Amino acid sequence: MDFGFTDDQRDIQRTARDLLSERATPARVREHAEARTVDQALWRELSELGWPGIAISEEHGGQGLGQIELSILCEELGRSLAPVPFLGSVMAAAVIEHGGSAEQRERWLPGLASGELVGALGAATDGTAELVIGAPDAQVIVLVEGDGTARALAQQDVELTAIESIDPTRSAASVSASGSNDALPDGCVGLGRALVSVSSELVGVCDRALSMTVDYVKDRKQFGVPVGAYQAVSHRCAQMLLETEQARATAAFAAWTADADPARLAEAAAMAKAAASDAGREVTASAIQAHGGIGFTWEADVHWLYKRAQLDAALLGGAKRHRARVAAILADRLGASAAA
Amino acid sequence: MDLTFSEQETAFRDELREWLSANHPGEAPKGEGEDAQYAWRRDWQRRLYDAGWAAPAWPTEYGGRGASLTESAIYFEELGRARVPMAANVLGLLLGGPTLMVWGTDEQKERYLSPILSGEEIWCQGFSEPDAGSDLASLKTKAVKDGDEWVVTGQKVWTSGAQYSKWCMLVARSDGEVAKHKGLTYFLMDMEQDAVQVRPLRQITGEAEFNELFIEEARIPDANVVGGVGNGWKVALTTLMNERAGLGFALQIRLRQLLDDVIAIAAERGMLDDPLYADAIAELHVRCESIRLLAWKGLTDVERYGQPGPEGSLVKWLWSDTNQRLTQLAVDVVGPEALTVGESWSYELLRARGNTIEGGTTEVLKNIVAERVLGLPRLKVAA
Repeated sequence: MDFGFTDDQRDIQRTARDLLSERATPARVREHAEARTVDQALWRELSELGWPGIAISEEHGGQGLGQIELSILCEELGRSLAPVPFLGSVMAAAVIEHGGSAEQRERWLPGLASGELVGALGAATDGTAELVIGAPDAQVIVLVEGDGTARALAQQDVELTAIESIDPTRSAASVSASGSNDALPDGCVGLGRALVSVSSELVGVCDRALSMTVDYVKDRKQFGVPVGAYQAVSHRCAQMLLETEQARATAAFAAWTADADPARLAEAAAMAKAAASDAGREVTASAIQAHGGIGFTWEADVHWLYKRAQLDAALLGGAKRHRARVAAILADRLGASAAA
Repeated sequence: MDLTFSEQETAFRDELREWLSANHPGEAPKGEGEDAQYAWRRDWQRRLYDAGWAAPAWPTEYGGRGASLTESAIYFEELGRARVPMAANVLGLLLGGPTLMVWGTDEQKERYLSPILSGEEIWCQGFSEPDAGSDLASLKTKAVKDGDEWVVTGQKVWTSGAQYSKWCMLVARSDGEVAKHKGLTYFLMDMEQDAVQVRPLRQITGEAEFNELFIEEARIPDANVVGGVGNGWKVALTTLMNERAGLGFALQIRLRQLLDDVIAIAAERGMLDDPLYADAIAELHVRCESIRLLAWKGLTDVERYGQPGPEGSLVKWLWSDTNQRLTQLAVDVVGPEALTVGESWSYELLRARGNTIEGGTTEVLKNIVAERVLGLPRLKVAA
């Protein structure tokens, strides 16, 4: 039993954090957010470093590492809010790699691994996904349906309407595709991994929101003392830590099951997404509150975190949807043990 | 990251599981009073002791198995899973013994450890006072040196098992002139003297799990000072740290069992198909799992880095809050039976209110997290 990272994993984490703290500075993120543009230079650099293909098999041009390594990158990118189409690409790749035919894998994965292609993933009902993050930048869009089927569609095969979402660090669109072509033979078996990736990104968002808040409340003085000395404020910060660590623990467990114990992935991923969605919303909302008036201004950077968290929390279903999934798994398990 | 157990750990678990199923003490005696229950727990400890399972975390030289932290966690998980009672001398095993191993003299270890392990001598904890709860260092019980003895006078509260105890881990003020943390000394007080009166403290469940101690010039030989005169605060912290570490795993399993019981009842009544109940139950399941994960994460941090990460302080907070929510939901699921005196769900509902108070209130835990984990400034309290 060991929750720690290996030395290699720690290296990945350190390298990613160092690089992003230089490249995705708050000023740079703001510049792209306000212009609603992707940071192409950073995306090229990350692609050259092999980030988009970290968990794609070597056979398809990736690095062949696991979900834990991928989750480390997701968390760091969430922390920095880097305006790059990473999350959509790795989620699309996971679903294609685990559910696609040999031909589909060959068609899409090498490009997704090298970063030459961008992917996006959306939850659809009857071929329509109302909000797909990164779709306008994507060459391949994976749509997963509630019945477990999935399709990998080239951009020219879908109807796409750009949406100006509240999170300007990423593009978004509604996507619909008619017919049933380009179905993945094994459907959305890779969806659990996608849920873990977005959960890990949310952990990074929470962690950053907490550290910004702690710095702020230590510094900001009212009535002659740092506001962080008041228990109404400090207890709120403690609550932020509790929620962040719950999200972190469940995401770490789910990332581990993806490669080490896949039979438990469905439940672990639903738990992780439920915990991370709740934590993401609560922690970033608390960050705004603890920053007081300044937290409500466009000038302060906390609102970018709140907006990212709102989108991520809703992505592929919110906390309630995933708790319903957990309840169904519990009921199935009881039914199965009663039948046995 | 590797969330599996080693071969050695699995073997430890299997051996214990097998032993527990062959030696299960059965159901607690009902309706025969508290003394009968206690006698039953004492017999149980004796059985654990005879098989070498009373305190596997203790070093072999003191009669333990020298179990690792992970094995020790497995031990509590398995005891919880088997639904066996706590050993009668749980405070001696988890708090008193380990504190003596750190601070005790060779003579003290020689004299006290073995009877703790066998359950021959029961221990209780005399820390809290009516006016010293969260602010423990402000305690007033006074110890005055008289020749080679100390004369102790004062009042203690929340002393569980005092009526069965031979020894009390007592913290008292041995010097009233110095700053409050510095004037404390840790004693082992013989409970078998007239100067110590035990009065049961009836709690909201109706039973008396705890006691008040009235101490009027009790005598403690100087040889029973632990860790040196004036060093009581540090010694007491060792005891308190053991308190938070040891029980966590057993409590987490107990929570899991209660939740499984609620889920089973809810399923039987079709409530898992009701979205409102399904949501509440799934939320508790996620919390319960995150407590398990945080507990293990905290443990592996200690094994790796020698000190607990932020998880340590979070587990007790999250556990107590979750247990309260769970027992409230149980009322909704089970119905009026859970509001009837003498039923286990009504007991759990009421007992859970103590969880966010005992062993550090949630408010104090939040202070600890804010100050020691997040590094937030401490509000100066008017003296």
